[in-house]
Amino acid sequence: MAGKVKWVTDIEKSVLINNFEKRGWVQVSENEDWNFYWMSVQTIRNVFSVETGYRLSDDQIVNHFPNHYELTRKDLMVKNIKRYRKELEKECSPLAEKDENGKYLYLDFVPVTYMLPADYNLFVEEFRKSSSSTWIMKPCGKAQGKGIFLINKLSQIKKWSRDSKTSTFVSQSSKEAYVISLYINNPLLIGGRKFDLRLYVLVSTYRPLRCYMYKLGFCRFCTVKYSPSTSELDNMFVHLTNVAIQKHGDDYNHIHGGKWTVSNLRLYLESTRGREVTSKLFDEIHWIIVQSLKAVAVNASPSLTSSTANDRILKYNLINDTLNIAVPNGEIPDCKWNKSPPKEVLGNYEILYDEELAQGDGADRDLRSRPGQSLGPKGSRSRDSGRSVLTTWK
Amino acid sequence: MLQEESDLSLIIAHIVQKLKSSNLYAQLERQAWISLQRPEIKLESLKEDIKEFFKITGWEKKLQNAVYSELSVFPLPSHPAAPPEHLKEPLVYMRKAQGSWEKRILKSLNSMCSELSIPLARKRPVGEQKELLSKWNEMGTDEPDLSLFRPVYAPKDFLEVLINLRNPNYENGDSLSFRTHLGLIQVPLKVKDIPELKEFFVELSLNTGQLGIDDSTQVPPELFENEHVRIGQKVLAEEDSAAAQQYVRQGSPTALRAELWALILNISSQPEDALYYEQLKTNVIQHDLLVDSLIYKDVKLTASNDDYYFVFEDYLYQVLLCFSRDTSVLGHFAYNSASPPKSYIRGKLGLEEYAVFYPPNGVIPFHGFSMYVAPLCFLYHEPFKLYQMFREMYVRFFFRLHSISSHPSGIVSLCLLFETLLQTYLPQLFYHLREIGAQPLRISFKWMVRAFSGYLATDQLLLLWDRILGYNSLEILAVLAAAVFAFRAVNLMEVTSLAAAEAVLADLSTLKVMPLLQIFLFATVT
Repeated sequence: MAGKVKWVTDIEKSVLINNFEKRGWVQVSENEDWNFYWMSVQTIRNVFSVETGYRLSDDQIVNHFPNHYELTRKDLMVKNIKRYRKELEKECSPLAEKDENGKYLYLDFVPVTYMLPADYNLFVEEFRKSSSSTWIMKPCGKAQGKGIFLINKLSQIKKWSRDSKTSTFVSQSSKEAYVISLYINNPLLIGGRKFDLRLYVLVSTYRPLRCYMYKLGFCRFCTVKYSPSTSELDNMFVHLTNVAIQKHGDDYNHIHGGKWTVSNLRLYLESTRGREVTSKLFDEIHWIIVQSLKAVAVNASPSLTSSTANDRILKYNLINDTLNIAVPNGEIPDCKWNKSPPKEVLGNYEILYDEELAQGDGADRDLRSRPGQSLGPKGSRSRDSGRSVLTTWK
Repeated sequence: MLQEESDLSLIIAHIVQKLKSSNLYAQLERQAWISLQRPEIKLESLKEDIKEFFKITGWEKKLQNAVYSELSVFPLPSHPAAPPEHLKEPLVYMRKAQGSWEKRILKSLNSMCSELSIPLARKRPVGEQKELLSKWNEMGTDEPDLSLFRPVYAPKDFLEVLINLRNPNYENGDSLSFRTHLGLIQVPLKVKDIPELKEFFVELSLNTGQLGIDDSTQVPPELFENEHVRIGQKVLAEEDSAAAQQYVRQGSPTALRAELWALILNISSQPEDALYYEQLKTNVIQHDLLVDSLIYKDVKLTASNDDYYFVFEDYLYQVLLCFSRDTSVLGHFAYNSASPPKSYIRGKLGLEEYAVFYPPNGVIPFHGFSMYVAPLCFLYHEPFKLYQMFREMYVRFFFRLHSISSHPSGIVSLCLLFETLLQTYLPQLFYHLREIGAQPLRISFKWMVRAFSGYLATDQLLLLWDRILGYNSLEILAVLAAAVFAFRAVNLMEVTSLAAAEAVLADLSTLKVMPLLQIFLFATVT
C-alpha cells in the first residue's frame, strides 16, 4: 500500500527535520513501524550490536552501515588499509605494485603509522631511525580534534610503552588506544596557513560499491600562520584545523569560520600552480577515497551543527540531496532496490564510483558521457575508475 | 595630414623621453655593447645589424611591449601647447570639483589627526621596529585599538559629490522632455550607446567563444576551450603584450591568467624590483603613518570578513603599507585629475620648502580600498610580485574609480553610462525605481567603485577583470551593472522601497557575468 515514508531520529537538528518535513514524511517514534531512522552513533551501536541488536526488515533504511566504525576509528582504519594492501599483493593485483624502495606506487596514502601501545616497540625502532622527526598522537575513538598532540621526544609518550612502570597496576586493555603517525611538516600552505579538506561521501550500497561525492566540500583553515618550528608544537591552533579547536582561538572569525569551498581551492591552485598538478591532486584525492572505502566499510557522524549561516544552508542541501539518492521519489524503502539512481536526482553529488557501471558492458562509454560538474569552476573531464583501473586513473 | 604628423611626433618624442629613463633602456644599451663581440655585427652596417640582433634575441619584443604599455596608459596629447592640467583633466569645472573634494578629504584627515592627537607620521622607536619586522608575515594577528579611527570617506560620500556636479556652461532649460535625464548624474558627458558598445565589445558577441560561457561542462572542450588554451600558450611563448591583451578579451584560462596579466601590464620581475620592494618594506618598518591605521581598519572591516579573501589578510597589509610609501606612484598624477595632498612639516605651514606629499604615494585610502588588492592574491603568492601587479593595476585603472574626471573610464562617465543604459533600454524599470525613491545608481555605485570586488564570486570577478585588461577600459563595469538590473528586473518591478530594492540586489555571488553581459549587449531587443 502506498504511503508516506515514516521517519524517526534521535538527533534534534533542524537541517534533518526540515528536510523530512518538506517531503511530507511522517514522524513516528522508535517503537512504531518506521522506514527511515537517522541514528546517532550510540543508537547504531545498539541496533547492530550482537547482544541488543535486531534485524532490520526489508522496508527499513538507516543512515550508517553496521561496520561504519571501521573507518572512524583510526586504529581500525589503519589495520584495514594494511590488510587490504596485503590482500591485493597476494592476488598479484597490479594495484599493489611497489617501486625499488618498497614503497607502494598506487596505495601509498597513509603515512607511517603504528598502534599504541600494541606496536610500541616497532614504533621506537622507527623513531630512532629518523631522529629529528615529529610524530602526531591521535586517540582512536575520539573526533573533532580532541586529545591530539604532537611529540618529538620518546619521553613524551612514556605512558604507552608496554613495560612502563605506570602500567603495573593498570591492565593493558584499559590504557587508551592511540595511533601515532609520522607528522608531515611541509604541508601545502595557503596564505601561510595549514588547511584540511572536509568532503562528504555518500555510500548507498556496499555490494556493489556505489558511492557519491558531494561537490560542495570545503577546506578549513588554521587561524594562525603555520610554523614547523619546535616551539610551536604545543600550539594546537597552528597545527590542527578542526573547527571545534579553532573556534576557541582569539582570531576565530565568526562570520566565515575560516572555510573555503573546494572550488575556491581549485581556482587558487590552478591559478598559482597550473592545471595539470591541480587535476592530478583531485584525481588522487578521489582515488584515496575509493580505495579506503574498498578497504573497509563506512563512516560515522559528520558534524551536523552549523557554525555559520552559509554552513547551515550547505548542510541542509547536503541532507536534501542525500535523501533524494537514498530514498528516491519518497518511496517506501525496499531492500530489493538495486538500480542506480537516475542522473537528475544526484543534485550536488556526483558519482565517485559505481561498481556495477564499472563492470557492466559499455562501462567506459557511460562514464565518459556522465554529466554534471566535477569539483570546481572548471569542469575537468576526469575519468572515473573503470574496468581498466590503471589506465584511467593514472 | 600635418596635424596628424605633428601629433605622432609629439607622442614619439614623449615615449622616447619616458623610456630613456627606464631600466629597459639601460639593458638595451648593455645588450648593444655586448653584441659588438658577435661576428655577424659588422661596422659598415652597424645600425642594421644591431637591430637584427635585437629582433632575434627578443629584445625588440620587449621594447615593443614597453612602447605599447606607454601608449595604453598615457593619454594622447591633444595640442602641443596644452598645459599639463589638461592632460590631467581638460574640463575646468571637473578640475575645480576634484580640487574641492580633495580639500575636504585632507581636512577630514587632519581633523582626525588632531582629535586623536596622532601625528600624520612618526619615526618608530627601535624596539617597535624590531617587533614589527618579526611580525611582518602575520600582521593580521595584531589587534591595535582602531575603534577611534574612521575611514576618511566611504563611496556614498563620494557619490553625493558626483550628484552635485554641474557644468556651468550647460543649460538645458526647465522644461522636462523625453530627453531629460532621470538619473542622479547631471553632467553632459558623452557615453556610448548599445550599438557603439556592441562594436567596442565585438569579441563578446554571441558568435565568439568565451571563457565563462563556452567552457562550462555541458560544452565539449573540443569546440572552443582546448583551442583557446593552445592559443594562450602560444601568446605567452611569443611574449607579446598586444597579442595578450587581444587574447584575454575572450577570457583567460585559469592556469595562464597570472602570466597573461603580467604580460599585458608589462611587468617582468627583475631583481631591482624585488630590491625596491624591500626598500619600501624598510620604510614601513622605520616610520609609522596615520594612514597605516586606516589601512588596518579597512582590511579588518572588509577583506577579513570576506568568504574568499580572508585567507590573504596578511598579504594585504604587506602590499598596502608598502604602497603608501611608494613615491613612484606619484608619476600617475600626470594623467590623473587628482593631485597628491600636501602636508607641511610641523610649524612650517605654508612654506613650500617644507611641503611633503602625504601619504608619500599621494593616495589616501577609503573604505573598501583593500578590495582592489584582494582578488590578485588568487593569482600571485609572492608578495613583491603581488605588489607590482597591484601597483600597475592601480595606476592604470583603479585610480579612475575615485577621482572626478571626464575620462570615458572615469567614475563619472561610468555612472552616466549606467544610468543612460538603464533609462534607454529599461525605461519602465528605471521609472518605477525612481518613483519609489530607489535611484538605481545608489545601489550600483558601490559595485562600480570597487570594480565588483567582494560582490561577485572570485572566478567570475577574474573573468570580468580579464575584459577590463583586454579592452583597456572600465566601461564594462557600467554595462555589467545595467545587465544585473536587467536580470533581476522582474523582482525589482515588484518592490516598493529602496530597502527592498537593495535586498533584491544584495547577493550577486551566484551571478555568471559573461552570459549576463552577452545577453544584455547582444540578445536584447534595442
